[in-house]
Amino acid sequence: MSVGVEGRPSDSKVVFYNDPRIRSLFLQLLLLGLIVALFWFAYDNTVTNLRKRNIAQGFAFWDVEAGFDISQTLISYSAASSYGRAFWVGLLNTMLVSLVSIFFATILGVIIGILRLSRNWLVAKLAMVYVEIFRNVPLLLILYFWYRGVLGLLPEPRDSIKLPADILLNTRGLLMPKPVFADAFIYPLIAFVSTVILGAVLFWWARRVQARTGNRPNAGLFSTSMIIGLPLIVFFLSGSPLSFDVPVQGRFNASGGMTLPPEFVSLVIGLTTYTAAFIAENVRAGIVAISKGQTEASQALGLSHGQTIRLVIMPQALRVIVPLLNSEYLSLTKNSSLGVSIGYPDLVNVFTGTVLNQTGQAVEMVSVTMLVYLTLSLLTSAFMNWFNRRVALVER
Amino acid sequence: MKKLIAAALVAAASVGLVSAASAGTLDNVKAKGQLVCGANPGTAGFGVPDQKGNWTGLDVDYCRAIAAAIFNDPTKVKFVPLSSKDRFTALASGEVDVLIRNSTWTMSRETTLGIIWAGVNFYDGQGFMVNKKLNVKSAKELNGASICVQQGTTTELNLADYFRSNKMDYKVVTFGTSEEALKAYDSGRCDSYTTDRSGLAADRLSMAKPDDHIILPEVISKEPLGPVVRQGDDQWLNLVKWVHYALITTEELGITSKNVDEQVKSDNPEIKRVLGTEGKFGESLGLSNAWVVQIVKGVGNYEEIFERNVGPNTPIQLARSSNALWSKGGLQYAPPIR
Repeated sequence: MSVGVEGRPSDSKVVFYNDPRIRSLFLQLLLLGLIVALFWFAYDNTVTNLRKRNIAQGFAFWDVEAGFDISQTLISYSAASSYGRAFWVGLLNTMLVSLVSIFFATILGVIIGILRLSRNWLVAKLAMVYVEIFRNVPLLLILYFWYRGVLGLLPEPRDSIKLPADILLNTRGLLMPKPVFADAFIYPLIAFVSTVILGAVLFWWARRVQARTGNRPNAGLFSTSMIIGLPLIVFFLSGSPLSFDVPVQGRFNASGGMTLPPEFVSLVIGLTTYTAAFIAENVRAGIVAISKGQTEASQALGLSHGQTIRLVIMPQALRVIVPLLNSEYLSLTKNSSLGVSIGYPDLVNVFTGTVLNQTGQAVEMVSVTMLVYLTLSLLTSAFMNWFNRRVALVER
Repeated sequence: MKKLIAAALVAAASVGLVSAASAGTLDNVKAKGQLVCGANPGTAGFGVPDQKGNWTGLDVDYCRAIAAAIFNDPTKVKFVPLSSKDRFTALASGEVDVLIRNSTWTMSRETTLGIIWAGVNFYDGQGFMVNKKLNVKSAKELNGASICVQQGTTTELNLADYFRSNKMDYKVVTFGTSEEALKAYDSGRCDSYTTDRSGLAADRLSMAKPDDHIILPEVISKEPLGPVVRQGDDQWLNLVKWVHYALITTEELGITSKNVDEQVKSDNPEIKRVLGTEGKFGESLGLSNAWVVQIVKGVGNYEEIFERNVGPNTPIQLARSSNALWSKGGLQYAPPIR
């Protein structure tokens, strides 16, 4: 090429199809067009073939009466509700079981991860055994174990285990008295909220005083007694506006009260114990990643073992742990769909199971369900990325 | 560029798949040399494989009857066990040639799923099973009960209808497969387990203590079960339909697997038409004229199939009742072969 010798040629001399920028733009557009065409072809092919086979399509079913019942619903639902309503019931159940399991799995995982590094030989080995067992057994078997092997062995309703405060435990779950709030309950509630706000202000003030003078005024006792005491006084003044609907033994099972169904409990315990094993390994990895010098330095400063972990090691270890936690949370949410095997009415059970079968519209159901899990995963990722930026070491 | 070529190949392959599925099912089956039959993964008496992988059951024998009519060999069947959730998708997508697995004939299934029923090989109805110690004598006493059910069935809907129309309260626990629902009931999670009554009779046998459980007298729904095929292939629909009618007709005429060789020599014009010594009824289905002889030699007539799989001398002990011939007070009726 002689261009280099002559220096930069003026733009007008290059023919447009030799301009590398235009070329690459053209090729990218061509590729994009082909991808769009491929997707359009796949869509059109599906629609045409479904029509040819007399298989219904579209989302007209969304408002049709569902006609089946669901065992656990966070929003009001009956057999007379629509398929769309059933979708929301399933989605909320999936989110509920995922959030509760993520909460417990994180706590359990962090504890076990720290115990694995304990200087006590027995404790460290027990934590290791836990991790190895739960990490290496398929989740489905763990679910069966908790559902059939543990909760399934509870006594039948007529031989319920009677716990204090009118709580019953049997194969149908944990039956508890249900609080019934009268209208006047708003007054103690207002009292509670305002005292909590007041307590928070006091706490903030105490910290400022400590920062200025080095002495912290002891506001804790006053705040606590105020937060507990004042709402109680208002509660009794407004005539005890709270009663309990106690479960009463019926012919089949106790009726009334609240029930924590065994399907939900098994799924939460199963997901928690399984995911905690992975989280424990992440936590251990995070802690081990911090150089030993940090521990020695903090010990030299006179910090206790607990303080060392809490104030020095963990804040730094979080940088390593948080990105790993993200993927554990994502897989936990997706794993919750195994609940169908133990009768938990999550999105896959209700929507991709029953609704799909009653309407027969597999393409729509599976697309919607995939979209839901994608959205849940992206939301979790977005939150964890935000959290990760907060704990990340600020690089200067 | 490689990706583009791959994408084009995938697209071309999917077109190819589609056109293959829409050719005549009978020609496909003949070309494959075997019938692919969607079967029940495990309901004793209807469709269940033993330890050696030999399938038995009333629905299974219907698959064998179709294979006998086509190939003169009732063993040329490949059974594909399908859960109630997956069965219609498997049929509509061409994974199986015919679906014979306790599937209830309903209007919405025929109008929205692209499938069509070829007949009713078993008239059933939904019932309830309870533990004897609950001392329940009627389904009307089930107010407040917890009930285990398998998902993806008409059972789920009938259950909701029944309790709604009787203004009773209940708690449903829905499982992905009947096995899981039954296990949960057996472990005491539910007061009652509900499915078709034939299924209840079969499932009771697989429980830890079958004698502890009774089936309540109420029949809360109509469950006409039968073979299903894809829409748009009338030749194949006709074939499956007339195999079913041939099984009924041979029972009516007293043609059995034991006497079929003598019956072929019969002078009775009706028997001659059925057994193909007169007329060309088999050829009009795309089969040989001896198709009924092949079926009866292979699996017997409807009565033999019923007695062998679910009748009073089997562990399931079902009476013919609705499934008796029309001439004996039942519902099984076949249009004439002429």
